[in-house]
Amino acid sequence: MLRHPLPAAALLAAALLLLNAGPGTAQARPKPKPRTQAAGGPAPALLAQGKKVYTQYCLTCHQADGGGVQNMNPPLSQTSYVLGDKARLAGIILHGFSENVEIKGETYTNVMPAHDFLTDAQIASLLTYVRHSFGNKASAVGTAEVQAVRAAGK
Amino acid sequence: MKLSVLRFAVLPAALAGSFALYSLTAAPGRVAPEPGNAGLKLPAGFGALVVAETGAHARHLVVTPEGTLYVKLAKPTAKGAGILVLKPGAGGKAALAGGFGNYGGTGIFQKNGYLYASSNREVFRYKLDAQSNVVSPAQPETVVTGLKMGREHETKSIALDNAGNLYVNIGAYSNSCQVLDREKGSMGIASCPVLDSAGGIWQFRADGQRQSYPQGVRYTTGLRNVVGLDWNAQADQLFVMQHGRDQLHDIFPALYDEKSSARLPAECMYALKKGDNAGWPYTYYDPAQHHKMLAPEYGGDGKKTVDGQYLDPVAAYPAHMAPNALLFYTGAMFPARYRNGAFIAFHGSWNRAPEPQMGYFVAFQPFKDGKPSGAWEIFADNFAGSAAKAASGRADHRPCGLAQGPDGSLYVSDDNKGTIYRIVYQK
Repeated sequence: MLRHPLPAAALLAAALLLLNAGPGTAQARPKPKPRTQAAGGPAPALLAQGKKVYTQYCLTCHQADGGGVQNMNPPLSQTSYVLGDKARLAGIILHGFSENVEIKGETYTNVMPAHDFLTDAQIASLLTYVRHSFGNKASAVGTAEVQAVRAAGK
Repeated sequence: MKLSVLRFAVLPAALAGSFALYSLTAAPGRVAPEPGNAGLKLPAGFGALVVAETGAHARHLVVTPEGTLYVKLAKPTAKGAGILVLKPGAGGKAALAGGFGNYGGTGIFQKNGYLYASSNREVFRYKLDAQSNVVSPAQPETVVTGLKMGREHETKSIALDNAGNLYVNIGAYSNSCQVLDREKGSMGIASCPVLDSAGGIWQFRADGQRQSYPQGVRYTTGLRNVVGLDWNAQADQLFVMQHGRDQLHDIFPALYDEKSSARLPAECMYALKKGDNAGWPYTYYDPAQHHKMLAPEYGGDGKKTVDGQYLDPVAAYPAHMAPNALLFYTGAMFPARYRNGAFIAFHGSWNRAPEPQMGYFVAFQPFKDGKPSGAWEIFADNFAGSAAKAASGRADHRPCGLAQGPDGSLYVSDDNKGTIYRIVYQK
């Protein structure tokens, strides 16, 4: 599960930098990004923080085991909504969500309210926790990634 | 729809032969409870068996005088059957004998030679022959159409009275009529517009064609969502079970802690009269204070009460247990104290989290002279499979529909795994 989601755009940018760089500027090469999914996964403190946010704001609907509620609130385990595009996921937290969700042949229809009152750091820790819990093992979400989604608006 | 009908036309024909053999060997009339009562916990003298495993989201059901079961499914099977037909077999069990109606839904009701069934927008009816078989499964009459369906409380439960009227629940497409549904701190919309077309019980003619809002009557407003409802012949009155509002703590954490949010508001039983207003979204019922409270979305603080104006419940039950079926028992099989009393299927809660979940049982509410009389009790328990599964909300089975058999047996449908139970009393 070490699918590193370093976007193609970032690779392209790095390549362009290399192309533009003269022989004397080799040290300008961007430092390799620190890997967020080292063997040990996200830091325990970050996960604990995320769990706190989850317990306070998400648990009623998605339940303690992340399994959701029949017909209403979708499960958070092994679904592309959680494991896939992090920006889309952050957008669901920030702006809410009101489309029917179909997961494994079951439809979930309850509205997901916007949680834009949470800070970027709270949302980052929450999503890191959710992507690393309930049987999920996906990469962490950084505060900057949430910030970018918030800045982009709805 | 045509394709599915063709498929099912073959099935009954194929089964007809085996049923003929079956009836020769079946011990007639002998209903045999399973040694473990199908996992249910029941009062002394009662037993239970599994009638059938449908493997589908079995919502409401009816049993005909011949013992045929019609089971409404939340969504149609791969073969396009939204209503399953089960024919009685040996030992009180039943076997799948076909299906029809390519639409999901919850409501199903039989009356005066017709089978009524609802999708989440319409109500259909099917003529029954003298043996209560559906005459034209592919050609129902559309009795009601164009009903509001939002993204919550979509189902349309139905009941008929003895005067040719059909009652349809149109659930509110909102939790508490906030400006932003379920958002923390969002206040209620003044003169809640949801109530124009939902959040109540509508009355239509049971023999009408393609009726919609202009032909119907908003019989009772201010009911957030009703899944269980039944006509009480003694009181000559419609009784309904409301699903109370969710998330007082999530939306107003300064006013309600998690514990109070888990026990508020009560799930209420109402006896309706035309023109009543049960108060949603402006009020909720606090079972400890025995009072209608002003909803926080409309200026309430957990202490302000509301007097007059709105209908009082006739009985109150613990919060969030989701009463999905109501049945007035008129059979002769059960002991006399059950006669004309109410069975209520509590589907089980989710909104009590992080407190332990509750429900997943069939309750009995004693009645006297058409009114609740005395405390309710748990009648059939352990649909969840264990106390731990009930507390976590990960129940094996969830009771959703109730029906009375011609011999007075009580049938219970489960919309999680699709088990159909039959509860009998052994003298």
